[in-house]
Amino acid sequence: MRTARNILFCAITALVICTLVPGLSWGKEPYKIGGIFSITGASSFLGDPEKKSMEMAIEQINAAGGIDGHMLEPVIYDDEGDPTKAVLAAQKLTSKDEVIAIVGPSLTPTSLAVIPVIEKAGTPLISCAAGIKITEPVKPLVYKTAQNDVLAVQAIFNHIKKAGIKKIGILTVENAFGESGKEQLAAQAPQFGIEIVLAETFGAKDTDMTAQLAKIRAAQPEAIVCWGTNPGPAVISKNVVQMNIKVPLYQSHGVASPKFIELAESAAEGNMLPTGKILVTEQLPETDSQKKVLKGYTSEFEKRYSMPVGGFGGYAFDGINLMAAALKGTEGDKAKIAANVEKINGFPGVTGTFSFSPTDHNGLGDDAFVMVVIKDGKWQLLK
Amino acid sequence: MQELLQYLFSGITNGAVYAVIALGFSMLYSSTGLINFAHGEFVMVGALTFISLSKGLKMPIPVAFAGAVAITAAAGLLLERMAIRKVRKPHPIVLVIITVGASILVRGVSMLYWGKDSHNCAPYSNHAPIDVAGATLLPQSIWILALTLLVVIGLHVFHKRFLTGRAMLATAISRKAAGVVGIPTDMMVLLAFAMSAAMGGIGGALIAPISMSSFDMGMNLGLKGFCAAMIGGLGSSWGAIFGGLLLGVLEALGVGFLSSGLKDASAFVLLLLILYFRPTGLMGKATVQRF
Repeated sequence: MRTARNILFCAITALVICTLVPGLSWGKEPYKIGGIFSITGASSFLGDPEKKSMEMAIEQINAAGGIDGHMLEPVIYDDEGDPTKAVLAAQKLTSKDEVIAIVGPSLTPTSLAVIPVIEKAGTPLISCAAGIKITEPVKPLVYKTAQNDVLAVQAIFNHIKKAGIKKIGILTVENAFGESGKEQLAAQAPQFGIEIVLAETFGAKDTDMTAQLAKIRAAQPEAIVCWGTNPGPAVISKNVVQMNIKVPLYQSHGVASPKFIELAESAAEGNMLPTGKILVTEQLPETDSQKKVLKGYTSEFEKRYSMPVGGFGGYAFDGINLMAAALKGTEGDKAKIAANVEKINGFPGVTGTFSFSPTDHNGLGDDAFVMVVIKDGKWQLLK
Repeated sequence: MQELLQYLFSGITNGAVYAVIALGFSMLYSSTGLINFAHGEFVMVGALTFISLSKGLKMPIPVAFAGAVAITAAAGLLLERMAIRKVRKPHPIVLVIITVGASILVRGVSMLYWGKDSHNCAPYSNHAPIDVAGATLLPQSIWILALTLLVVIGLHVFHKRFLTGRAMLATAISRKAAGVVGIPTDMMVLLAFAMSAAMGGIGGALIAPISMSSFDMGMNLGLKGFCAAMIGGLGSSWGAIFGGLLLGVLEALGVGFLSSGLKDASAFVLLLLILYFRPTGLMGKATVQRF
């Protein structure tokens, strides 16, 4: 009698559990994804759109039902561009919040600083910074979505070579971005048969570059390549026009934002620069595999935040979407996620088409940059 | 030859701006014995206010210029009334630290108001750049030089010919004695602060058209202006002008003949040399007191 009651009890319990479990599966625990960006401080022009793009990408994924029934939950910290704060944020994300993956940080120094932390915790990271040192040498857990400077230099030199120019003068800003550009320009020039006749630098806060330009003009280059981020390059564009220097002026992808045209005004006319495709989405041929992604991202971002889209938020948007693709079927296993990212091939993102491999954790080819010229205050795609 | 001329033009343009900033440091020092490390921020406020007034509110240039200088002077007044005068024991170090704190505050507030982006505006007159023997001279450079000269002459006349100006000098020489003969010394100090800040505002409004202005431009310009004031001799108006121009020209020549990486280094090496060999500056009086 007693046994019968036990059996009955077990049966009922089993029945109750069985009816409850499908219910449980509706409320699967969310996947926590960490974000570290330079949302305030001098690099907020990177971090702010990145944060917004990350939140947007996650809401889109959740609206589409999440990953294998799991919703994504963003946990975002601001590192203010400071490597120390980035490390603290990474420690918080890995130990307190226990995120399964991290997107960011925005800058090369902050990204390099957090790598030891995430390697210790075994958390995969997709950085939004450009520095080549982040993914070279390849680290199993570390990926990045921003284009390397190498590719930008290639894009410029390809164009210079096609124009039949052999001698160039370069003008780079005195910070990590300019140093890296200077290094790459000097390293790649011989491969393209280009000679750098003079390399000058300018301070990030300098107000007048006519002295440097006078020196460059005296060296008689056939083109000038300027490598910097706003506002210095805008001053240089103006000085070039004022000094009546006629040779073509190439800018870096560091000024690929509407702000540059606003600052340099008419002096920006005819300046050429490499940029991600996002600035010229409408001018891309319909056959371009990124066009659909770019259009979707641009219209959604502009609708949501009512500000013009720039080239930087895409790094975080791609980062989240790559993570989401890698998350499928892993049930939150961090090692599996990292391994899955490496298998992604031909993934059309905002920045470029990503094809990762065990030797390439950036995954972008030279089609990630197009050359544009500024004409009538607008970006125009160069063929 | 053509390059040398271009370096000189570039140097004189930058130098004239350093000179106006140095003038602000110098006149406050000679009236109150105080170095105001928030002075660079007044330059920034002047530049950004000028841009807001001329570009944003579409005011004519002279009105915007006057407005920018007035608002910056008001900021100087506020600093004196709210922070400096409240100090019970005005030891120089305490006051210097207050100005450093004020500079951080002004920078932060400006960042909130004007944002983190750079801003620009049109030059005062829309002439084409002038070609002098192959070198380019910007019309704005001529404006800067002319207005700087005007400011120095005006200041000189104010100090020598006007009763208020002479009362201010008297206060600087001995505050106690000036008080005894009936000069309202508190008012004089207040006026010195306002005028010094106005100098910063003038410097800012002058460079706004040739460079990009942002909330964090003040620190660098303040340091250069301070450097120029020290080189010329703190407390001497002509010294400030001379120091500013010398600094600007040497920087440009340093870029031209040495390396552009040594631009700032050349300025500070010059400062060190001068402090070593002639601690009162090139034109300063031998009795100038230093911290």
